[in-house]
Amino acid sequence: MTTECEVLVLGGGGAGCSAALHLAQRGVKVVLLERGLVGSQASGVNYGGVRQQGRHPAELPIARRSREIWGRLKEITGTEAEFTVTGHLKLARSDAEEAELIAYLDVAKQHGLPLRMVGRNAIHREYPWLGPAVVAGSFAPEDGSANPRLLAPALARAARAAGAEIREHTKVVSHHHAAGRFELTSEADEVFRAPVLLNMAGFWGGAVADAFGEPVPVRPLSPNMMVTEPAPYFIEPNLGVVGGNVYLRQIPRGNVILGGGHGESDPAVPWSRPLPEVTLEALEHAVRLVPALAGVQVIRSWSGIDGKMPDGIPVIGPSRTTPGLFHAFGFSGHGFQLGPAIGAILSELVLDGRTDTPLEAFRIDRFQAAA
Amino acid sequence: MRVAVVGAGPAGVRAVEVLVAAGHRPVWIDEAPEGGGRIYQRPPAPLQRDAKTLYGFEAKRATALHAAFDALKTRADWRPETLAWHIRAGAKRLHTLHRGAQGVVDYDAALLCTGAMDRVIPVPGWTQPGVTTLGGAQIALKAQGCGIGRRVAFLGSGPLLWLIAYQYAKAGAEVVAVLDTTPFATKAAAAPRLLRGGATFAKGLFYVGWLRAHRVRVAEGVTPLAIEGGAEGVTGLRWRDAAGREHEVACDAVGMGWGLKPEAQLADLAGIPFRFDALQHNWVPQRDAAGRTPIAGHYLAGDGAGIGGAEVAELAGARAALALLQDAGQAVDATTVARLDAALAQQQRFRAALDRAFPFPAHLAAALPDDAILCRCEGLRAGELRAAARADNAAGPAPEMNRAKAFSRTGMGRCQGRVCGAAAAEILAAELGQPVKAIGRLRGQPPVKPMPIPAPRPAREAVS
Amino acid sequence: MRLHRLRDADRPRIALTLEGQAIEAQQGDTLLTALLAGGAGHLRRSEFGDGARAGFCLMGACQDCWVAVEGLGRVRACATLAEPGMAVRRG
Repeated sequence: MTTECEVLVLGGGGAGCSAALHLAQRGVKVVLLERGLVGSQASGVNYGGVRQQGRHPAELPIARRSREIWGRLKEITGTEAEFTVTGHLKLARSDAEEAELIAYLDVAKQHGLPLRMVGRNAIHREYPWLGPAVVAGSFAPEDGSANPRLLAPALARAARAAGAEIREHTKVVSHHHAAGRFELTSEADEVFRAPVLLNMAGFWGGAVADAFGEPVPVRPLSPNMMVTEPAPYFIEPNLGVVGGNVYLRQIPRGNVILGGGHGESDPAVPWSRPLPEVTLEALEHAVRLVPALAGVQVIRSWSGIDGKMPDGIPVIGPSRTTPGLFHAFGFSGHGFQLGPAIGAILSELVLDGRTDTPLEAFRIDRFQAAA
Repeated sequence: MRVAVVGAGPAGVRAVEVLVAAGHRPVWIDEAPEGGGRIYQRPPAPLQRDAKTLYGFEAKRATALHAAFDALKTRADWRPETLAWHIRAGAKRLHTLHRGAQGVVDYDAALLCTGAMDRVIPVPGWTQPGVTTLGGAQIALKAQGCGIGRRVAFLGSGPLLWLIAYQYAKAGAEVVAVLDTTPFATKAAAAPRLLRGGATFAKGLFYVGWLRAHRVRVAEGVTPLAIEGGAEGVTGLRWRDAAGREHEVACDAVGMGWGLKPEAQLADLAGIPFRFDALQHNWVPQRDAAGRTPIAGHYLAGDGAGIGGAEVAELAGARAALALLQDAGQAVDATTVARLDAALAQQQRFRAALDRAFPFPAHLAAALPDDAILCRCEGLRAGELRAAARADNAAGPAPEMNRAKAFSRTGMGRCQGRVCGAAAAEILAAELGQPVKAIGRLRGQPPVKPMPIPAPRPAREAVS
Repeated sequence: MRLHRLRDADRPRIALTLEGQAIEAQQGDTLLTALLAGGAGHLRRSEFGDGARAGFCLMGACQDCWVAVEGLGRVRACATLAEPGMAVRRG
């Protein structure tokens, strides 16, 4: 059986589902193919930070654009996906780390991102539950967190309502391009054809790029995550640290979600698990930030598979080998907040041939240039 | 060869017995301070330990098992009060927690004998103080000399229901009702096959007969409606009889349970695939008759691999240990192997009859009213799970258990779905119009039980 | 909920407190037994508004009997022996 359409989206994460939605809203016949259920991989297992602060400067225009869409998520999909503007407090545990926070203030200013430094006396006055290891913090009032398990499914549902076809449990096993048409064949021998293909397949986007003659050095990245039982609610901001070896946030129900370091995985299966030593190390960092966490029980830990690029920023933009092919993958552990905007940007690339959001830093061929 | 055995119940004891006799000193882990497991749990000192009082018909078996444990614990590397909270089959490593201290156990072969817990169907009002599982009611009596209340009602189905009611009545508790949800006809139909099981069936008949003779109210084919309560806890149990009439019995405690389900979280984390056992109506980890699993070097025995009861667990523990030795190239006695295989096969036939006599009442679970609590840990009502499965849910319909968990939070609490999982599956399956085996099962995640965040370690001095 | 001592009910007494109130227990009691036979009524309140809890499985599986013991942190009442002088708070 063969399905013809105008745009094929490969990958049902937050970005892919957003692309399907934006395209469908503009009347495009779009089919999204997802090997499992939408949002099963990086989009569904991540920390849930909706964060602009701390990003590589090249990502900030995308993040700012995405933040605007997050604010309208309820309107767009019928749910906020528990997006809460808790603020993001990035902490320094040494003078050197504090200097890094201060240096970033300029980057933020250039991109219109509001940030407020909180110095050593104020930080303990405003957040008395922070441990003595903390010397300063940078507060981003527009940032917050959401429930990662809900974003991609909500976007997919809205995409379907807008006319997109979302095909789950459809694993693509071969990719071809001939006579201006992409032809993808699924494990069940279904064929999908379109003149435009969006490669938004996360870690596996690297294999797709390779199939079209533009391999990139993407590696699997498995964030080591854990969550506690409900505890009395007192940590309002989403907490991060310079260097990122721990991050934690508490939801009003009381559970504290934490992450730090990497678990183990095999993307071929795919399979991923947290590592006990890594879990314990993240907990050690966490309890130094918030001593009151001692004794709170961890009830579950998990991991997932994201794609990491060597320079820590994704591949976004048109293919250098194949007209009609566009890439957006390799979000290196921080794609969750960007997903909604990525979909909008790709829809502009496809339909308008351009976008106002600068993408030069994300070119797929930047790795060859460096080699 | 380093061998690790998790669990010191009937299966673990007989497994370690075989391993020690073959010259090994396995690392032997259990959460309890001493062995015996649950069915043969020993009360803490200074409670009296008269086997007849505690274990009734099983007194001889229990005594023999305890004697075996006592002899073995110095010959194995016995680790009491130790939780194995994760297992990594590739690295062949168990992660443990003992009195707040983290540890690891590296092994060449591991035998998991992790036992079972009650399988429960929520009933409106079941979270109130005064409601326990049947197993919990038994532990209160056996290990602590207490009844769960003064006037106790028992509800559920399976051999444990009669046994516990009998034990309570014999101990002098007021048993106000024994309510079996399985219709008489179902049990009668299975009776001929049950008779082949000899002793176990005879015991069951004895308990029921005794209860009736002592004028304990017994009813079959019952539908539970609600557990009523007030400020002090449970006050009564409302139910409907087989003829459709409503009743209410005054009580201050209810013990409830519908058979057992394996505690198979470690098997899941080890990567052992599961299959849905239609007769037991449980997901069980895959193993062959000897206890070998598809993951080399990993073995399963006892109720943790599929419900078989204590006698089967002893046989299976010994058999799995022999399989482990065989696979390691060590000589084992062929006659013993053959005897165990034959005994296990025979027990399997009886077990199947028992499962037919007391089938899991999936329809009761699926019918839990929308406003009744389903997930105790998260305080979620059945309606919230049903809502997650529907197409009008904002995130779309959840087509399987893990997604339903993600959308509704069912199973996200401290017990990680141990208590609500069976009923949640029935509710979701019914809402989706799918058979329960088609909607998946909750994926295991480490730690298998809650683990406290350790206090900060003293800061290390800076190394120059 | 009140556990009712049916047998073995005359063991050496031990004293502990629950949120400052004296509880008389017997040596060999778990904390769950000590508290519920000693008149505590319940062990914790559900965080999500559906009321008092007093444990359920009594075997360390259901996670519904967590209490706090001064100096020990949080423990499962069903799996922890009562010791003289323990100062317990509901979980």
